[in-house]
Formats: sequence, C-alpha cells, structure tokens
Amino acid sequence: MATSSNLKTTPLTAVHKELGGKLVPFAGWQMPIQFQGVMQEHQCVRDGVGIFDVSHMGEIEIQGPSAKSLIQKLMTNDIDSMQDNQALYTLMCMENGGVVDDLLVHRFTEDHYFLCVNAANTEKDFQWILKNAGSCNATIRNTSHETAQLAIQGKHSEALLQKLCETPLSEIRYYHFKKEKIHNFASIIARTGYTGEDGFEVYVDAGHAETLFRAILDAGKEFDLQPIGLGARDTLRMEMGYALYGNEINEESRPLEAGLGWVIKLGKDEFIGQAELKKQKDEGNRRRLVGVRLLDRGVPRPHYRILKNGAPVGELTSGTFSPSLNTGIGLCYVSPEYAEPGTKLEVEIRKLSVPAEVVKPPFFPTRVKKD
Amino acid sequence: MEVPKDLKYTQEHEWIRVDGKKAVIGISEFAQEQLGDIVFVELPEVGTQIDQGNPFGVVESVKTVSDLYAPAGGKVTAVNKELETHPEQVNSSPYENGWIIEIELSDEKDLDSLLDADDYSEQCKNEME
Repeated sequence: MATSSNLKTTPLTAVHKELGGKLVPFAGWQMPIQFQGVMQEHQCVRDGVGIFDVSHMGEIEIQGPSAKSLIQKLMTNDIDSMQDNQALYTLMCMENGGVVDDLLVHRFTEDHYFLCVNAANTEKDFQWILKNAGSCNATIRNTSHETAQLAIQGKHSEALLQKLCETPLSEIRYYHFKKEKIHNFASIIARTGYTGEDGFEVYVDAGHAETLFRAILDAGKEFDLQPIGLGARDTLRMEMGYALYGNEINEESRPLEAGLGWVIKLGKDEFIGQAELKKQKDEGNRRRLVGVRLLDRGVPRPHYRILKNGAPVGELTSGTFSPSLNTGIGLCYVSPEYAEPGTKLEVEIRKLSVPAEVVKPPFFPTRVKKD
Repeated sequence: MEVPKDLKYTQEHEWIRVDGKKAVIGISEFAQEQLGDIVFVELPEVGTQIDQGNPFGVVESVKTVSDLYAPAGGKVTAVNKELETHPEQVNSSPYENGWIIEIELSDEKDLDSLLDADDYSEQCKNEME
C-alpha cells in the first residue's frame, strides 16, 4: 500500500490540510477527497461555485514545425480545424484501438500546443508521444511538475474570476482559452471542466499556486466559494456520464463502444489506431456503454454485476450515489439488446438484486455555456 | 468529539445502550465523522438473530461501504426505519435519532468484553494519529 511518504504532493497540499481537507492516496498523489463533506461540496458546485486543486493532472507541451502533424497522427479527433486559443477533447489510441489516454489538446498557435492528460497516465503518455515522435521536428516537454491546475466550477465562476483579471472572461467561449494574468500571475484560463457546470480550468506556475489559490478563496467569499475534493469531483462527473480513464476506458476497451465515436474522426488524415477503429466500426458494437439508474435504495459501485431477470449481463465500470437525484447511478457495458433507454435491469448489491433502468446520460442536465 | 459515558463501545466503533434485557445499537460520533455523508443503511429484518462480533448490517457513505458489527448477541426487536429515507440522521445524531437497531440481549456477559467511554476515547485518539 502507498504511504504518504512516497506519494506526490501538489503545491497546495499544506493548504488543504489547513482547510480541513481529508487527504487520501489517489493515482500516486496525496489529494483531498473531501473538505466539508461530499454531498455539501457537490451541491456547492451545482448551486454556486467551488474550487478544485487538480494539479495532479499532467501537462505536456509540444512545439515546433512538426507539432501539428505529430498531434494529428497521435489523436483520434481532428485537430486540423482547430483555431488558436481553442481546446479539443480527444482520445490517444494504440494501433489495436485501445485507449492510451483521453485528454484535452490546447492550441496556442499552429506550431505550439499543450495537452492536459490524466494524472496516472502522465509519464506513460509522455513516453508514448516521444516514441511516436521519432526524429520529427518538435520539442516535447513534460511540464507537469512546474504547472499547477485549479478548476473553478459553477454558475458564479465567471463573476468570481473576473474580480481578479482584466480581460473580459465572457469573451472566452466554451472549449476556448486565453493566456492572461489572474491576480498578476501569467495563467492559461480555459473555459473547460469536468462537472457539467459553467466554469474554468486555470493553469499557473506551481510557484504561484498557493498565492493564487488564497486570492481566489478570498475573492470568492461573497459567492460562498468552497474548496471541493475529489469525492464530489467524481459525483459531479458521474451525473454527466463522463467517461473516466481506468473505469470506462482503458488500453483494452473499444472507444466506439464507450460512445466516444464523436471524437474519433475516421475520415481525417492517418492516425494511430485508425485502421483498427474503422474495422471495429464496420463490425458494429458487441456491447455499449449505458447509464443505469437504480429504482430502489442502494449505492451501486464499480464491478457490481448487472443482471437481467437474474442472469449476469455485465458489470458496472463506475457507480455512485447521485446527490442531485438522491439515487444510485452507474455506467456499464451491456450487449445492444439491453442498451435501449427504459430497459429494466438489476444491480447486484451484496445478496440483493436492486431494480434499475437504462438511461441515456447525462443523468442530470448539463449547464455548460455551449455556443 | 462526543463519547457518552453511559454507553459501551466496540473497537469497530459501534455503541450499545443497555436498558434491562433490551439494548439499542448505533455507530459513534467518531465513526460517522470518518465515514462522511451516509447515504444508505442496510438494516436486518426484525426477528433476526445476531451474534456478537458478526456483521448485522451495512452503512454506506458516498465513497465507502462498511459492515456493522454486533456489540452483543441477541434477537432484533426493532430497526430504525427512518434511516431508509433519512440515512443522514446517522451523521447528524449518531447517539439519538441515528440509532440503528434494538435487540433483546441473549447473554449479558457479552457486555463485559466491550470498551467503556474512556477506553474508547483513547482508541479514537490513537486512530487519529
């Protein structure tokens, strides 16, 4: 078991302790799972605004004349049409179609990008990119250790951050970003997030993270801003039905079956995994990722079995209690015959079969600012 | 942290309040604090025989699942049905409205092996370190 001594810390770990955060090991990091309590923090983000330290996430910068063609080759989504200051959700796949990681590509200019990747995959992704870059003309840097990331999420996030920066944040559209100063620190302010609420993800030098975090907490008092732990981060993403790497997708899963076809542009220039993904598309899905919602009391958890009339038909990849819906929700792969919304299934919780039905995520309406 | 003097405790953080042959069981203030927001309590059926040290139910917070261990053996005479709709009462009132079951004790000697409030407080302090 990991002990706190061999876990990585963020520039804010000491602040989390000071604020009463309960620290736990997560993906090799010591991270706050909760502060006041998961339910209350969840509601804080849904109703107002919360701040998350997500500095465990990795950042990889790619710059040079070949940057664009390299990223185009690595990613399933089409980065060719990206504009400067735009962000794009994509998968990075292997030749066999398995998922190396899901991530965000940010374009500064046509030959300068940065990727935001999952904490547990940072080193793996970096090595994968280096290996596939070969001798191409681009500099690839893992800047994770020098970068802190804060997520400010909820309907008051714009008004709150606006107090600390001059550039009009209303001009930053969903999945766009700006390089601007916040509280006088050079930052990247992106209108992205993992909660389903309007909000921002801010990247700043690790050395400035604590001062900025405290400044935001201070400016947020009038909005009842609270620090939010990873517990609520998970319940918030689950209500949106967002895939989590390691749960819904991994190196063995088929991303088309996970409903991620919208970020797999089979018609674009050659990319790693293209041939296999085309083949999988032609073959059709053996199974599909669906949402399930419990119709009775209980908390579904990852790996619980899904039954149809008592016979196993799959297992949960994620499951939790939904604070907004006051019921259990989960995600699981089932064969297409059970994938229609409204299909009645059961979740096996210990010895009980709890009735559930298939629903099409999101479980709770998203309120991101789409154009 | 509240540890009422008139109760006995298990090392697994259950409490028991004895009144003649009857006893009420719940989890401690420390336990609810460690678990976080409780969203589900699985209760036994009334009439079930439970044995000292064995699981008799489950309490779940958003992030964790924990068994409930019987501080003493006996027959379940009542369960707190309110927890089906308001499991959060275990958080807000662990020693009163958040009680979990009532039993009829099989053997009062079971109580001898339990911790008193002082010893239990000491154990919690050690766990915090």
